[in-house]
Amino acid sequence: MADETQTMTVSIWREDGDDGRFEKYEVPARENQTVLDVVAYVQQHIDPTLSYRFACRVGMCGSCAMMVNGSPRWTCRTHVSKVVADDCLEVAPLRNLPVIKDLATDMDPFFEKWVAAEAVFHPSKTRHDPMAAITPDDPMRIAASEAIECINCAVCYAACDVVESNPDYFGPAALNRSWSLVNDIRDDGQDVRLAAVGSNGGCHNCHSQQGCVQYCPNELNPTLSIAGLKRETTKALFRRSR
Amino acid sequence: MIRPHRTHPLWFAFLLHRLSGLGLALFLPTHFYMLSLAISAPARLDGFLRFTDLTIVKLAEYGLVFLLAAHLFGGLRLMALEFLPWSSHQKTMAALAVALAFLVSTLFFLKAI
Repeated sequence: MADETQTMTVSIWREDGDDGRFEKYEVPARENQTVLDVVAYVQQHIDPTLSYRFACRVGMCGSCAMMVNGSPRWTCRTHVSKVVADDCLEVAPLRNLPVIKDLATDMDPFFEKWVAAEAVFHPSKTRHDPMAAITPDDPMRIAASEAIECINCAVCYAACDVVESNPDYFGPAALNRSWSLVNDIRDDGQDVRLAAVGSNGGCHNCHSQQGCVQYCPNELNPTLSIAGLKRETTKALFRRSR
Repeated sequence: MIRPHRTHPLWFAFLLHRLSGLGLALFLPTHFYMLSLAISAPARLDGFLRFTDLTIVKLAEYGLVFLLAAHLFGGLRLMALEFLPWSSHQKTMAALAVALAFLVSTLFFLKAI
């Protein structure tokens, strides 16, 4: 059993309607603990006013993403031992999103961009029609499957420098979802979707830095999805000009 | 500033592409201006060409050719990424672009000195 007397320093961002600053806390340096465990320890044992967001604690819900030592991580599945540097840990709210309080960010701009990118399903049939027959080996089904396991954690959104420099950019997650719908033969909104993802905030802003791929906790590839959207919007341009 | 979330090879490939593009954007107008001297002021061009024989200028040209080659091969890598079927070897492609740029620019340098 680990020695409970050993401690480590964690710097946590505190902000409540002011400019915000890092505050240091001494927490037990346990052999086996996640970053979320450390944040929860501070809230439960040191300062109950610390605000942060979590739900499932097993990497399903996408609620607990934060900046850990400067990189976006899902904190419930990030072991402290993998990211600690010189016995120090720095935890901050996700980049590129407004802070509500401390480590909790306002996710509204993130999800509003999903709607702006037409990352919503447009049904082509009613419940009275027969179900669409899609085989597992259908190339479009395979392409959709590769993009479908997003948990909406906004880690990619925080990793993206284009989101930082262009507030209109929809970001990797919204465009990744749009790409999964471009590959959904049941969807009836492809023209409006391609117009949306080809607009000012759309896929052509992407600089292919691939930070989204680097940090996606579910190992998705939004750059691949965005490249697909770039191809489809280019094809649509030629279709329109004929 | 290179912040922690940027410390991965493909971000550095982006940085090289951006810096080489900016470097070439600054170089090309100067390059065309010097070429125009062949018509407007041949004597000044001859003087400048003698200046380019200096080793330090050859070294600077080595850098310029590296930037040009890095931007060319890096640009091909990005076009392949966007318009060809996805390859899972993105980091290898970026390393290959830099290696080719070194090869081309070093061959140029060896020929120049």
